[in-house]
Amino acid sequence: MLGEDKYFLGVDVGSVSTNIVLLRPDNTLKEALYLRTQGRPMQTIQEGIKLLRSKIGNSAEIMGVGTTGSARQLAATLLGADVVKNEITAHAVAASRVNPEVQTILEIGGQDSKIIILRDGVAADFAMNTVCAAGTGSFLDQQAARLGIPIEEFGPLALQAKHPVQIAGRCSVFAESDMIHKQQLGHSLSDILAGLCQAMVRNYLNNVGKNKDIRGPIFFQGGVAANPGIRKAFEVELGQPVIVPEHYDVMGALGAAYLAQEKVGMQVGMRSKFRGLHLGETQFEAKSFECSGCANHCEVVEIQQDGISLARWGDRCGKWSIASSTSVDNDSVEHKVKQLGA
Amino acid sequence: MKVTFPHMGNAWIVIQTLFESLNVEVVVPPTNSKRTLQLGTRLSPESACMPLKLNLGNYIEAVNEGADTIVITGGIGPCRFGYYGEIERQILRDAGYAYDVVTLEPPDGSLLGLAGRIRYLAGTKNSWVKIIKALRFAYLKSVALDRVEDLIHAARPRLPDPRETEKLYEAAKLRITQTMTELGVKETVRWVQESIRERQEEIKDSERFRKPLRIGIIGEIYTILDPYTSVGIEEELGRLGVEVDRSIYLSGWVGSHIFQGLAPGYRSIRSYPGHAKPYLPHFVGGHGLETVGAAVKFAQEGYNGIIQIFPLSCMPEIVAASVLPKVQEDYKVPIMTLVVDEHTGQAGMQTRLEAFVDLLERANFEPRTEHNRGDVLSVGGR
Repeated sequence: MLGEDKYFLGVDVGSVSTNIVLLRPDNTLKEALYLRTQGRPMQTIQEGIKLLRSKIGNSAEIMGVGTTGSARQLAATLLGADVVKNEITAHAVAASRVNPEVQTILEIGGQDSKIIILRDGVAADFAMNTVCAAGTGSFLDQQAARLGIPIEEFGPLALQAKHPVQIAGRCSVFAESDMIHKQQLGHSLSDILAGLCQAMVRNYLNNVGKNKDIRGPIFFQGGVAANPGIRKAFEVELGQPVIVPEHYDVMGALGAAYLAQEKVGMQVGMRSKFRGLHLGETQFEAKSFECSGCANHCEVVEIQQDGISLARWGDRCGKWSIASSTSVDNDSVEHKVKQLGA
Repeated sequence: MKVTFPHMGNAWIVIQTLFESLNVEVVVPPTNSKRTLQLGTRLSPESACMPLKLNLGNYIEAVNEGADTIVITGGIGPCRFGYYGEIERQILRDAGYAYDVVTLEPPDGSLLGLAGRIRYLAGTKNSWVKIIKALRFAYLKSVALDRVEDLIHAARPRLPDPRETEKLYEAAKLRITQTMTELGVKETVRWVQESIRERQEEIKDSERFRKPLRIGIIGEIYTILDPYTSVGIEEELGRLGVEVDRSIYLSGWVGSHIFQGLAPGYRSIRSYPGHAKPYLPHFVGGHGLETVGAAVKFAQEGYNGIIQIFPLSCMPEIVAASVLPKVQEDYKVPIMTLVVDEHTGQAGMQTRLEAFVDLLERANFEPRTEHNRGDVLSVGGR
């Protein structure tokens, strides 16, 4: 059937995971990929695109692309994005599309955590962890590995606790030594895990959630939302139900896809800047150097495709930039690529 | 004697002018950079605030150019900056630098003592009349610099090519640095106004002006005046299409801090304590009171958002930060607090600024257009 294989692509490249979604024009999800970034964002994006291609075939049409996450600019350059947005906006957009009533979003990812306050479907306030990464996904991963349990079992085990122990949660290093201490005293594993969940939640609410007016309905999203122990600890601490949305782990990518849809929908006849599903097969390379043109000593990053410069960024004055995060500049990149016959 | 001093945004232009018009040899340290911060961080206690680390870095970089005397202002109250002159003297001595440090403050409240220190720096060749003339001229430059800076604030979101706007700003600063006449200073401000107006003319009539969002920047004075410390927040917001204003400008601070209110400076800071009163009725050190007052003032003036920025561990600003949620609630104006230190990354800052601007944009959906193009020009006359 015609129009069956038209999609919006949303890509969220974070420190720990790279999430890719394909959204149908009727707002249902065709595909959701959750890949580990493992410090190689470019390869991961390429792998993701390869995977998608094998699932949807060459005839599929990508109508718009949105990128977000800490490597949003990199992803935008590689893919040819129509929208490049920060992860806070992306998460807020996704949550309010899924449920327009949402007033609070708790988001805990691999290395950052944030809270977003929404009123009438629009972000009204937000905060991100600043000087400390205690209580993010990476720390839970570490502790699970140390205790020799798969991260998937962490939450269910914590739920079995009868008397959660007190764990010092202000600093993850001290939390770890406190946990070891509690183990040596002979507390059960599930009580310790539940205690850790509570400590993390308290730490989150005291740091990120400080001074924020947390009202329901509350969404809990990001990779850590997979952990029912943390969710329960939030519910106990906040005294309200905490909802984990269906696609909690790819909400950022979903938001990016919605934003792409919004952008393309606003301009009739606008064509996506997407550079094609064949991207998985080309060679990308990143280089960086320090500019010595002035006292700023900016670190400039250059992205090359098959030896040809696609984009440069990182310089404050703009003398090196071929493309920045704005979509206007993406035109020039595309233009360049076309000129070079890519 | 070769005098040097710590950097703080554009302050070097004013200080250099002051010493040069008194024929005192002066070394302007290289602009704040990653290297400056690294050098300073090595000598500083970890928990000291970022200005101390940058100050020390400045002095070490100035040594290479033969500087042997440091001039720094003092201060009173709970802000640690007041005794940085003394701390820096000791740290430098321990590290083996033979610097003489002159703190410009009235020692134990004695104006005579302050006069003695000024006399020491100026030497015997300068009469008091000449010293006062030099101070006045430096002050004029500082007011002009502030006016130029504010014109650029207004120009950034309105002119099409951000790089050209930054070039204009740099050129204007260079002109003000070099000129040694009052006329030259005035001419430069006019030249900037003219250049902006000309560029506005080039914009097609059909492209009606979108009225930019307005964000007020408040917080610790060093951080908001020094673009290196604030990770270029004003330029970045300008690039995101936002017009910024700031609670404190250099001459406003000089006017109240050094001249004890004898000169108001550009954008006097005198009204802030009154605005702050319902929220914070007394002095808390540093500019905590001004931060709260400025937030109230910006909110009353209908700014779309407010950003507070300060160095990690700054006590007066921490006090202010704990009061700001009340202002946010009363005036329904989003306030974001950013904390900087030597570990601050550009990426995290960028994300927060973008998200904040998105938040304001989505909350102000109705199209905003300006009816005339006079807005930029009126700024310089405020």
